[in-house]
Amino acid sequence: MGKYILRRTLISIPVLIGITLITFALIHLAPGDPVTGMIDPTLGDFNPEMVERERVKLGLDRPLPVQYAMWLGRVLRGDLGYSMINSRPVGEMVGERIGSTLQLTIAALFLSILVGLPLGVLSAVKQYSVLDYLTTLFSFAAVSVPGFFLSLGLIYIFALQLKWLPTSGMRTLGQDPTLFDYLKHMIMPVTVLAVSTIAPLARYARSSMLEVLSQPYVNTARAKGLREWAAIMRHAFPNALLPLVTVIGLRLPGLFAGSVIVEQIFHWQGMGTLNIWAVMNQDYTTLMGLNMIAAILVLVANQVADVAYAMVDPRIRYD
Amino acid sequence: MPSDPGAGQVVRRQESMSRRVLRRFSRHRLAVVGAVVILILALVAIFAPVVAGRDPYRQDYSALKEPPSREHILGTDALGRDVWARLVYATRVSLSVGLVAVAIYTLIGTILGSIAGYYGGAVDAVIMRMTDIVMCFPLLIIIITVVALVGASLFNIMAVIGLIAWPGICRLVRGQFLSLREQDFVMAAHCLGVPSRRMIGSHLLPNCVGPITVAATFGMAGAILTEASLSFLGLGVPPPEPSWGQMLTEAQKLSVLAGMPWLWVPPGVMIALTVLCVNFVGDGLRDALDPQARVG
Repeated sequence: MGKYILRRTLISIPVLIGITLITFALIHLAPGDPVTGMIDPTLGDFNPEMVERERVKLGLDRPLPVQYAMWLGRVLRGDLGYSMINSRPVGEMVGERIGSTLQLTIAALFLSILVGLPLGVLSAVKQYSVLDYLTTLFSFAAVSVPGFFLSLGLIYIFALQLKWLPTSGMRTLGQDPTLFDYLKHMIMPVTVLAVSTIAPLARYARSSMLEVLSQPYVNTARAKGLREWAAIMRHAFPNALLPLVTVIGLRLPGLFAGSVIVEQIFHWQGMGTLNIWAVMNQDYTTLMGLNMIAAILVLVANQVADVAYAMVDPRIRYD
Repeated sequence: MPSDPGAGQVVRRQESMSRRVLRRFSRHRLAVVGAVVILILALVAIFAPVVAGRDPYRQDYSALKEPPSREHILGTDALGRDVWARLVYATRVSLSVGLVAVAIYTLIGTILGSIAGYYGGAVDAVIMRMTDIVMCFPLLIIIITVVALVGASLFNIMAVIGLIAWPGICRLVRGQFLSLREQDFVMAAHCLGVPSRRMIGSHLLPNCVGPITVAATFGMAGAILTEASLSFLGLGVPPPEPSWGQMLTEAQKLSVLAGMPWLWVPPGVMIALTVLCVNFVGDGLRDALDPQARVG
């Protein structure tokens, strides 16, 4: 197992390098002088001599490969540059907000597994039933309705008409922050994020389950005298889960992208809102930092998913 | 041509693939409905001036934010523009972005995927690492970054989606090539000395057309949604060009959301409807093109 993890980590290094290369290229495609985003503002006033000194110190007068190496060194030490708008370190700004975004994303992931998995499995077990038909219909609708439209609709129904939930924000102003209040604010954004993942998850769960149910060993389990429920849950279901780990891994970039819109509509102070703010103000340093962090998060999550897959499927490990 | 091999029996000519695909496609009611709706939408886009009946850009300051009336079927927006006309003209943006962006990335993905799948080895490894890298960047995030860099325009959006979304198709084509390579007809062609380009172009790719078409169709649904999301964020097609996503931006204000449903519900429904129909068509195509489905 340890060897497998090591191998996976080694394979991901070229990808990591590629991510940094693309980010570096984008930084240099940005209009304006990249040096302004890299100078520590606490060093004092930005007069031309100081900028020149920093330019040399940061290696921006050297050839590109050297620049890349120096930039990479800074990144590995946590220096992602400074915002062009408010001069705060990018790493600090992202660090403040990454927790909030991860809360939404991870909660959405759990919710989609909790809802999508049973739906898919039940649809397979009771194929062609009303449940199956409704689940398929729901899947189509879920991937077709844009996230922002669903969000607005949910706000309209649950916040404005029924007044059950708050319209936006992370907590109710003027009230003491409680967990319950926080959760109330989380429900709608997490639901919208989850919906986009429930649909494909349910479909994959259904087809995976169908495939497994047609296997001979399921028949054996039934012939052995196992009750149908036991045969399904103990023999078919665990094997059907295997491909789903990969499916979940593949949905992660989509969740991050979705969080940009959801956070914007629900005024959730996470990486998504920071992203929009950076775009609107053309804060390229922050944008590049966000892109890179998002890509790295996706990479890490995919590796974790691969390792998890190897843990549940011993066949993979011995390749 | 019917011939008489024996006791007056007719030999039926083998059904061509397109005929068979069409027949199997028409079995799916939802897919057919979807195709018809898309066709209608395409006609609406082409004949937008006729369908709209009025100018979507004209701002009438005497009729701001009016509810639906006989004069304006869907009311007017904050600048006094007719909502129905904007809805109709926005069809052009969505459909054209969907088609062009998908065409671009299908082309790129097919070329790279076939090279990777056919030649294998180092070329394959390099291309696969590239797909791994590009797939790590969430599409919307990198698109809004690039839009921030180069500005937003219809062309830019099509190009950016096209240049970033190719990994999926690339992997698909590569996978198809890898499994086709093992088949006998490939070995036979190889023995006959068929040159590489003909191998890829005339022997291997035509067998991939099915999955590529299905992937491209579903991709179009995604591209339409991406364009709508970009426009919603204000980073899509710049005003005054109408776009369904952009028509929904105003609804983030509670006053509009609660009090003026005619402004945001129609465009949202249109996006959902278009994407739904494209998805239906894709689903129908997938079943119709699947060579392993039951015959008939």
